[in-house]
Formats: sequence, structure tokens, C-alpha cells
Amino acid sequence: MLSKDDVRYIGSLARIHLEENELDDLTRNLADILHYIEKLKTLDVKDIQPTSHVLPIKNVYREDKVLPSLPQEQALATAPNQHKGFFKVPQVIE
Amino acid sequence: MPEFETVIGLEVHLQFNTATKIFCGCANFFGKDPNTLTCPVCLGLPGSLPVLNKKVLLYAIKVAMALNCQINPYIKFDRKNYYYPDLPKGYQISQYDFPVAYNGWIMIPMTEGPDKKIHIKRAHLEEDAGKLIHDPATNSSLVDYNRTGTPLLEIVTAPDLRCAQEAYDYLTTLKLILQYLHVSDCDMEKGSLRCDANISIREKGDGRFGTKTEIKNMNSFRAVKAALQFEANRHQKLLSSHQRIIQETRLWNEEKAMTISMRSKEEAHDYRYFPEPDLVPFVVDEKTLTQIKASLPELPQEKFGRFLNEYKISGYDAQIIIQDPELSLFFEKCCQLTREIKKVCNWLIGPLLQELHTRKAAITQLSLTPDDVVNLIKKVDSGILSNLVAKDVLKLKLDTGQSIDTIIIEQGLTQVSDDGTLEKIIAEILGENDRVVEQIKQGKESAIVFLVGQAMKKTQGKANPKKIGELIKRRFQNG
Amino acid sequence: MKLNELTAHELLDLYKSKTTTPQTVYEEVCKAVNQLDSKVQAYLRLAKNKPQSLSPSSPTGDQKFPIPIAIKDNICIKNEEVTCASCILKGFHPPYDATVIERIKKAGGMIVGQANMDEFAFGSSTENSSSGATRNPWNLNCVPGGSSGGSAAAVAAHETIWALGSDTGGSIRQPAAFCGVVGLKPTYGRVSRYGLIAFASSLDQIGPLTKDVTDNALLLNIIAGYDERDSTCADVAVADYTKSLVKDVQGFKIGIPKEYFIAGLDREVKSAVEEAIAVLKKLGAEFKEVSLPHTEYAVATYYILATAEASSNLARFDGVQFGLRSTPAAVRRSPIVDMYEATRDAGFGQEAKRRIMLGTYSLSSGYYDAYYLRGQQVRTLIKRDFDEAFKEFDAIITPTAPTTAFKLGEKTDDPLAMYLSDIYTISANLAGIPAISLPCGFSQNGLPIGLQILGKPFDEQMLFRMAYSYEQSTSWHKRKVAF
Repeated sequence: MLSKDDVRYIGSLARIHLEENELDDLTRNLADILHYIEKLKTLDVKDIQPTSHVLPIKNVYREDKVLPSLPQEQALATAPNQHKGFFKVPQVIE
Repeated sequence: MPEFETVIGLEVHLQFNTATKIFCGCANFFGKDPNTLTCPVCLGLPGSLPVLNKKVLLYAIKVAMALNCQINPYIKFDRKNYYYPDLPKGYQISQYDFPVAYNGWIMIPMTEGPDKKIHIKRAHLEEDAGKLIHDPATNSSLVDYNRTGTPLLEIVTAPDLRCAQEAYDYLTTLKLILQYLHVSDCDMEKGSLRCDANISIREKGDGRFGTKTEIKNMNSFRAVKAALQFEANRHQKLLSSHQRIIQETRLWNEEKAMTISMRSKEEAHDYRYFPEPDLVPFVVDEKTLTQIKASLPELPQEKFGRFLNEYKISGYDAQIIIQDPELSLFFEKCCQLTREIKKVCNWLIGPLLQELHTRKAAITQLSLTPDDVVNLIKKVDSGILSNLVAKDVLKLKLDTGQSIDTIIIEQGLTQVSDDGTLEKIIAEILGENDRVVEQIKQGKESAIVFLVGQAMKKTQGKANPKKIGELIKRRFQNG
Repeated sequence: MKLNELTAHELLDLYKSKTTTPQTVYEEVCKAVNQLDSKVQAYLRLAKNKPQSLSPSSPTGDQKFPIPIAIKDNICIKNEEVTCASCILKGFHPPYDATVIERIKKAGGMIVGQANMDEFAFGSSTENSSSGATRNPWNLNCVPGGSSGGSAAAVAAHETIWALGSDTGGSIRQPAAFCGVVGLKPTYGRVSRYGLIAFASSLDQIGPLTKDVTDNALLLNIIAGYDERDSTCADVAVADYTKSLVKDVQGFKIGIPKEYFIAGLDREVKSAVEEAIAVLKKLGAEFKEVSLPHTEYAVATYYILATAEASSNLARFDGVQFGLRSTPAAVRRSPIVDMYEATRDAGFGQEAKRRIMLGTYSLSSGYYDAYYLRGQQVRTLIKRDFDEAFKEFDAIITPTAPTTAFKLGEKTDDPLAMYLSDIYTISANLAGIPAISLPCGFSQNGLPIGLQILGKPFDEQMLFRMAYSYEQSTSWHKRKVAF
């Protein structure tokens, strides 16, 4: 059974701040969906290979040739905050 | 008091020196202005997709083969999910359960006894993150994504190392192998080779592992050794006083010469690995693997053995020469031109290495050929040059690029060996050194060496020292 | 008929006969948008930049298809704002064109604007857009379907000639069905995903939404094919899909999956599909029942795998490099983590948060095996169902959706009910096979009904042939929306 604490923890893993009322709704919704998903447990999947790629493609490469990079202004054009050519973010405390 | 045993495992991250990054065509370059070597792919812009650089996989297989690893017949990439500003996508493309290689080993020299086998658990590819700089003045951090997407190979050992010295030796041995492959600069200062360590201690004979700590932020091989020594002691002190060792990550502080606990992160990372859907799997066939194996150069271990067998040089000499693959080649070329192998060794290990060091150059950058070295050896052997002067000639050759013969003539460096000239010089020396002459007359033969030295000084090294010694001795014998 | 109400192939004929010009057509379409979009709300924004083909300087490419097109707002267009209908991407201008956009521009395509969608393609009704819902042109109180609801509605309302959408679990086909247009989800790997803002990387495909089957083939011709920037894009030759526009299905074996004709399927939808089957039978196709035994597990499988991939794909939306950045008033954890959490709280809508949470959970330590791994294994079983079926059959026919378009607000309180409306479309994404939806009737109250045809990997030719044969034997595609 999914608890509110579980949901709070997932929220921190997913880096989303959740208000208390949101937590209640989410816990309910997620519990319903997870309950529905339980039906998969009734299947016997022993010895079944998981599918991570649906196409049988293998070995796709590119050559080690230099292609033009974005000019600095273009790379930074989307930045919410920048400083002397860097992306600026709130302090990261180690 | 129980005897403790240290158990160490090392994780080395190696940056490849390919022209481009692992998943995009940006130049793989160090030191440009921030955010000038990026594109939608390595910036992780929405909608961008990775494509694997073929050379990166080739290099990874080369390294794996040089480390005696098994190459996985089926190779895939996985996402390692976590949040950090230097990680643009919020995940790192890495490898989890099907890495490029596994189950390898290298031999490291021991101070006593035979070489020791260090097992390599796995080697896998991943992309590097960007660089974060902290700007406390503005309570902010600054991010440069130039380094994002640089190809990395992570090489993980089994916990086979038993002391800090072994860890150091493992790193130097590994580095030499990697240098031979020309896949990386292997420079810890520049960050193209990084090392993290895991260390624990246990009572000797105990099969279980003790609590381990991880150490990061070591910026040189010496730092690795010092950090591991410190940490082993720290563990030992804790256990001896019945305290618990906390499993944590610690940073090596070079100035304070100690490890410091990282502010404990809120929770251990849950990386939520899953297969990277944007990259297809890789299957390298036998034929390709055979080709790659055949293309590997002779590796240091092999070369060492061959030098011992083929050239009958000492282990000491061989060990020095093989540290430099180009020097090794130079050595072999010299050996094709002369039988005086030991003399070649002496020249290369002594004066030539000295010159390489002072000039901060590689042998390929110097205007010196194997013929030149053999020429110098011949000149000394035939008495044309004294050993001392020959070293000067070497210096002049490297400075000016002129031929050795030209230098000898122009500088008038031909060794003085004719008796007449030498006798004159000896007469002068004897005249200037009454006391020493007396000493020799009294029986102190060893003082003759001093007189020889004076003669060499007077002739700026051009006198033939052997001849001078003989002539002086004859004088005293004759009374 | 007005120029904006024509199909692309009709307009191409008019260009050839010099009856009209691209400029005129473009203006007519823009006029229609001005008149109608306040009612339909198909567009999030109109293109800032004028089409290359209409500018005086010579554009690149062959410029053979100067047709107005609407682009779903999750496909990158250089120097246009692209937001995936999410607050978190407000102001984001990608510095590059998606591959499909490059191809469309080279072909002379004239981008009208960007079509509304469910935020990040999470939804089946376009009600999850941060800019409000699009309405179904056939009934403005109903949803157009989703997540490519804007694209489908724009085509149906003649606010564009044709459009691009994306399909991860039915997001092209279901809105196509609800809006009475033709929508194709190509085989996975048929069309490059480079520049498509990813929802679920192993399921997403870009595809055409058009007024008829002929246009659909034309547009697929333009966008399909190998792209070296997408490792999952197949190096398979692109056929000329217009060559499949042949009215002949003699001898084709078509399967009718029994698991699709169950309780929950609307009576009117069922009979419309049965009549369509009768039409195709008359044309010579042979029908037989087939079993796709793992059908009932498809929705559950999808909602584990797709949300897991989505939770990872959306991790980059964190306020660092682009889009929205929010900072809370007081420090909660640490400055950087606070920024992440506040940005993602403010930037993501409810459905986005739900899916990210679900996906994070199913990948998290201790749950990976029970959820994600198991989901991948069931995906194998579902794919096998189709592999088996296609040994005997050339195609499979089903309804596109269990109902016609539902009312706005009808399912918004029940996420699970909303998920279950994808029940017929999801399997095709899990198996990677191509699927097309085209109109096969109308309900009593005038809402379109969609017929879905599923085909073998890279056999879009079969889909076009069957769809064309059916379409040309009926006149559903000729019925026009009345405002």
C-alpha cells in the first residue's frame, strides 16, 4: 500500500516540491493506478526476455569528425541567468 | 592486539583523446572559453539525441584487451539518474549491467617477491559532466558545459590491493599501459585521469570485508598514496578504540594532509538505472575483435621481457627505458647499429634522459638520431672524445642541430691524446700541486685521480683522462 | 469551396494549373485561423517567422510542397517558442530545427503555427495544456482527443491543410478518430525523433494528420527516412507511399482481434467498424478472427514503461539552462535543490507531476524488478502476439477508440478512466508497428468514429492501400465541419 510518506519521498527523488493537499491527491491517484497495474503480477514472465528496444537495430555509430559547436551566445541564449559566459545557478553546497 | 589488513579497490576514470565527444561532434578539447564547445546534444537540450562515437568504443576495447579483459559480446548503455547542475540531462549515459569489458587483470611489481596480479572487475564507458565553479561572493555557482560529453572509461579493480604503495604501483603500471595505447594524456593534473579509492580494513584472516569508505579529490598518484595511508590509519585507530567506521565518502585535503567527511548527503543516491532507449545495443563480432587485438602495440610488460631476452640488459635499465615508448624504439634502433648495448643503455638512461627532462621534450622532438648516439659511443671508444666532452657534444648537437663531426671540429673538442702535449700539461700540473706530489711520493696512489682531474680542468675536459693517468703513473714509477 | 478547405493534393494540382499560388493559400489559411481559432483554440501561437518559400531570398531544397502546415508544440522549430504546452518551457527558443522540420522547410512547407497539446503529450484530451483545452470542431463542448488534439482539430476545422503530431500511446490516432481526420503512427524508427521533445523515447513517433489518405501518404514521404542524428531511426529505404494509393485489397487477409470487441466498446462505434469491415469484404479482403491474448495488459504495461522513461526525459527541466526558473521565498533544503523543487512544482501541471512520480516510483530501488522489468517482459509478450498474428494476416483491423469524443471535463477527475480510453491504440506503440486511423462513420449526435488498421513493421504501404481502398468506397472524408 502506497503511503503519503512514500509519495513524499518520491517527490524528493523527483525534485518536485509538493504541498500537503497535493500529496493527498497524488497518493490517492497513484495508489489507484498502482492497484490497476498489479494485474501484471498475474502473468508468468519467467524466462521472458525484457524488451528495451523494439527494433532489431544494432551498432549505430558516428565518425570521430569534428562538427561546429554552437557559438557561446547561442549556447547561453536560453539561460535564465548567466555570468561571464557561464550558466549561473544558486549556490551548490558540497 | 589483532593484526589488521588493508583492503583497497580503485576506480580510475580515463578521458579519451578522441577528436570529438562521445555522443556528439563537438571538439574534445580542454581549456577553451566556457560554453564554446557545446551543441544541443551535449547541452541536453530538449529533443536532442546521442549517437555513439565509433572511435570511443574502439579505444575502450583496446584498453580492455590490454588489461586482459573479456569483451562483452552484447554491450549496452544505461541511464544513471541524478540531479546536479553540471549534468544537463538530469541523467548520465553510462553502463550498468552490460559494460564493454569485465574480468581482466594486470601485474604490478612488488618490492619483495614476484609480481602481483590485480584483478579488474569491469571497464565501462560513460559521458563526463560539466564543470562547476563556486562563487561564494555572489552565493551562486557557475556552470561550464564544455566538458559535458567527453568520453570516459571507468576502470574498476577488485579489492585486491593491500597497501597504499600497491595502489600507487597499480596506477603507475596502468598509466604506462594506457600511454602505450595513445588513447589518453593520462594526466591527473589536467583531469584526463582521475582516481577514486575504496578502502576498508579487517583482521588478518577474516574473509569478510570491513566497512569501507570512499575517498575522492586526490589529484596525483602521490596524493592517492598519502590519502590511503592516512585513511588506513584512521580506520585502524577507530577500530582499535572500538569505535564504528561510518560508511561514507571522504575528500582528501592536500594542504591538511587528511581526509574529511563530505557533508552527509540527504540520502544515498538512488540512481534508478534503466536501459538507455536512445542508444541501440552494440555487438562486436569476432572478426573485428581479432583485428583490434592484432592492432595493439607491444605492451610494456611484453617489451620488458623482450628487452631482457633479446638485448640482455639489466632489469633496472629495461624498466627505465620502457617507461618511454619512443625512447624504447630509439633504443632498439641504436642496438641495430652497434654491439655496445650496455653503452647505449648508459647514454640513454644517463645524459639523454637528463636532456629530455631539462628540455621538457619528447625524444621525437629532438634533433638526435640513433646514428648520432652510436657515433658518440664510437668517438669515445676510439679516444677522439673524452666521455665528459662527449656529453657536451650531445648538448651542443641538441642546441644547434649541427652534425657531431662539425661540432667537434668547430669547437676544437678533439680529445688531446698525443704524449707530447699531455706531458707538457702534466708538467704544469705537477708544478702547481707540490703537496699532492709529495703525497703520491709517500705512497698515496689514490691522489693521482686528483691530478688527473686537474689536468682535465686545465684542458677543459679535452685531455684523454686514461692516458693522463698512465703518463702520471709512469712519471712516478720512473721516479 | 474555399482554398483552405481543400486537400494538399488538390492544391498541388491548382498550383500546377496556375489557378492559385502558395501565397494565396497561406493567406486563406491564416484568415481561417483568425476567424475560427477563438472557438476551436487549436493553436498555441502562430509562427513568428514567415515561411521561407514565401520570402524573396531563395530558400534551400526542392520546395515541391508549399502547403500550410500546423506543427504540434513538442517539435523544435528554430527561433520559435516551443513549450510542449507547459509552463516550464515558457520562453524556450530552441537553437535548432527538428529533422522533420528541416525536411518540411526544404519541401517548401509553410508553418502556420504551433498546435495545442496535452502538456508534454501526457493526455488523451488536450485538456492538460497549460493554455486551456482545444475544442472538437464537430462539437465545441467535446474534446478533440489528445495529446495531438490541436493538430487534429486544426485539420478538421480547415485552419490548416495538414499537420504533424506525435504518438506515444495513441496521441495521433485517437484525436484523428475524434476529429474525423486521417492520422498515422509510423513504424517506430520510420521517422526521425531528433528534435521531438521526448515523452517516452522507446515509444514516440512523429506522424501526419491529414484530411484524407492521399495527403497522409504525401506528408509521410516528406518526413520519413534515415537520420544520422537519431540512433533509433532505421536505415530502411522510404517507398513512395503514393504508389500504394490503389483501390485494391483483393485477397488480403485481415485479422479482427476478439479481445478488442468487448464490453466498454460503444455500440455505435462497434457497428460503424463492422460496416467498414463489410465494405472491405465487398472489395475482396478476407476477414478472420485473431487473438491478441495480452491485450488486457497493454495499458498497465504502457503506464509503467512510458512514465518511467518520461520521468527521466523530464529531469532536464530544472531551471538551470532554459525555461522557467523559480526560487522559493525561504530556504527549505539548500539553494540549488530548492530551485529545482520550486521550478518543477510551478512549471509542471498535475498530470505531468503524476506521471513523473509514477515513473520515478517504478524505477526506484526495490521496485524496478516488480514494475519496470516486468513491464518490459510483458512488452515482449505483447509484441509476440503481433508477430504471431502477422504470420497469418496482412493487417489487423480495430476501432481506434472505445467511444466517440467525450465531453470536456468528463474524465478529468479520473486519471485511470482517461488512461483506459487508449486501450486500442497503446499496443501498436508497445510493439513498434505502424497504425492508421481514418473516419468510418458518425454517431447519432454527429461525432466522428475512427477505424484503425495495424500493419507489420515498415509496411505502411499496406496501411495506405487498405485505408485508401476503404476511403474511396465511402465519403466520410468529404463531410465537412459546420460552424
